[in-house]
Amino acid sequence: MIFKLIGKAAIVAMAIVSLKSHASLEIVITEGVDTARPVAIVPFTFVGQNQPTQNISQIVAADLMRSGKFNPVNVMRMPQQPQNSSQFNAAAWSKTGIEAVVMGTVKEVGLDRYTISYELVDVIKANGGVGQPMMTSSGRLVAGNNHILHSSEITIAGKLFRQYAHRMSDVIYEKLTGERGAFSTKIAYVLVRDKQEYRYQLVVADYDGENEQVLLRAKEPLMSPTWSPDGTKLAYVTFERKQSQIYIQDVYTARRSILTSFKGINSAPVWSPDGRKMAMTLSKDGNTEIYMMDIASKNLTKLTNHRAIDTEPNWSPDGQSIIFTSERGGNPQLYSVDINTKATTRVTFDGEMNLAGKFTPNGQAIVMVNRTNGQYNIARMDRTTRQMQVLTRTYLDESPSIAPNGSMIIYSTLHGSSQVLALVSMDGRFKARLPAANGRVKSPAWSPFL
Amino acid sequence: MNLNKVLKGLLVAVPVLTLAACSSNNETDAGDANANTNAPVQAVDQGMSDAEQLRQQLEALRQQNTIYFDFDKSAIRPEFASVLDAHAAFLRARTTVSVTVEGHTDARGTPEYNIALGERRAQSVQSYLENLGVAAGQMSVVSYGEEKPVDAGNTEDAFAKNRRAVLVY
Repeated sequence: MIFKLIGKAAIVAMAIVSLKSHASLEIVITEGVDTARPVAIVPFTFVGQNQPTQNISQIVAADLMRSGKFNPVNVMRMPQQPQNSSQFNAAAWSKTGIEAVVMGTVKEVGLDRYTISYELVDVIKANGGVGQPMMTSSGRLVAGNNHILHSSEITIAGKLFRQYAHRMSDVIYEKLTGERGAFSTKIAYVLVRDKQEYRYQLVVADYDGENEQVLLRAKEPLMSPTWSPDGTKLAYVTFERKQSQIYIQDVYTARRSILTSFKGINSAPVWSPDGRKMAMTLSKDGNTEIYMMDIASKNLTKLTNHRAIDTEPNWSPDGQSIIFTSERGGNPQLYSVDINTKATTRVTFDGEMNLAGKFTPNGQAIVMVNRTNGQYNIARMDRTTRQMQVLTRTYLDESPSIAPNGSMIIYSTLHGSSQVLALVSMDGRFKARLPAANGRVKSPAWSPFL
Repeated sequence: MNLNKVLKGLLVAVPVLTLAACSSNNETDAGDANANTNAPVQAVDQGMSDAEQLRQQLEALRQQNTIYFDFDKSAIRPEFASVLDAHAAFLRARTTVSVTVEGHTDARGTPEYNIALGERRAQSVQSYLENLGVAAGQMSVVSYGEEKPVDAGNTEDAFAKNRRAVLVY
């Protein structure tokens, strides 16, 4: 049963993302298509001579599928292929079980200029209302159109199609779920190619693996990339000088500057929500401790003082406390420290170990790496009920990073003999793998909304 | 064991190693007993330049430069005492030589935690050597955590090989 589902999911995924064969990261959905809501992205009609290379409706369909919340159906399951809502046959669609339909056209209007129009239609509302007379306040009878959840038109150059398609996906996702879409985001990650001289690469790509851009190549390890809250910079750890150092690099200009190079460990940088401070792990005084640095003045505040290992700081969304991993209780567990009072409390008690804690964007839960019976998996703990749910069944999971809308977690895991990135939805239902075409991939970091 | 090779290397070093002889008083190892007999060593010594001696000593020490650890632990296992004694003896005699102790972990756990654990391992080698009289200024530590495995496999055997500290001259 499970195998059949995986097979089916894989076939659908392959069909939809077949355009992406040049990207390093491909998506293989392994679980969760059965719980996703069926929607139809009707192939957009093209009017003109020079067809643009990017196919808008395919990109939108791939985005919605990757969200784990939607299952864009195959063209064969569509009763018709309307170009706009006036051609939409509500009765025919209502029999399919498909909840929403996106339809549109691409018109060539000049040299590399295209007008894209699209509409998002709610099938259930349409079946109750389309063509039915509706009384307005002025007493005139007009056709009801509250089934059209969104309609939009824009004229852009061909090279902006992919970017615009992600914006469309953001809108469609928000209209259908009430939650902001995170399709116009990026991920940073470290790619390791063992046979190359510069084997460590810091890469930034669109959230779907497209538009890869190598920010840095190094002979020595690169670790822990993390985004500034405004999405313009990355902080990371490099061993280029045969010791760990923290750098800040501008994603767009590639210009970089050194932040710390203390004796010992310079590790696990993470920006405060206001972007002014950096929390980090330093061992300059012998023990690994959590510090907070004012980036402008470089003033340091020591937040922990314990001979046990303290590392992996992560800010609460309000910026007032930091959770971190400490083995002060014997095994690594999560603790919280108030940045003003330095009062420290233990946060996790379940499992043999809990590491790499990350607050969800709304602050209601903490995502972490949980070790139970020797297995390292991604888990989520509700902060009110303290209930812990293990979300994954993959092997040696690490480095969880949460999408800015809180819908999805990207993490690094072992598949076969190689390190790959994987996705799991916040409820654990949707799971996907993003195997790299060439090399090991680790330390993913999801950007903020851009 | 390659320990004999290390000690053979040290035989050459003994003339400058008076402290080493003292520190190994409690050793019962046969190889070490040989190391304490100065007479034949000096004969070998005379035809060799200091640079050549150093080269041979380093070559011998590099044969046994890795200390292995238990999972999530940084305590030195007793079986590595003799290896560290040999390095300590050399470093005490050669105060101009410095060593970097690299700390490493297996792939389990998170990369950031493992950087801290790797440093713990390197520090535990460093303090072990310091307790044997090696000057702090001769040693530095660097942790690579799980970033530089010697065995990229994911078996218990590979994990065991990767949980290590390496003395790099």
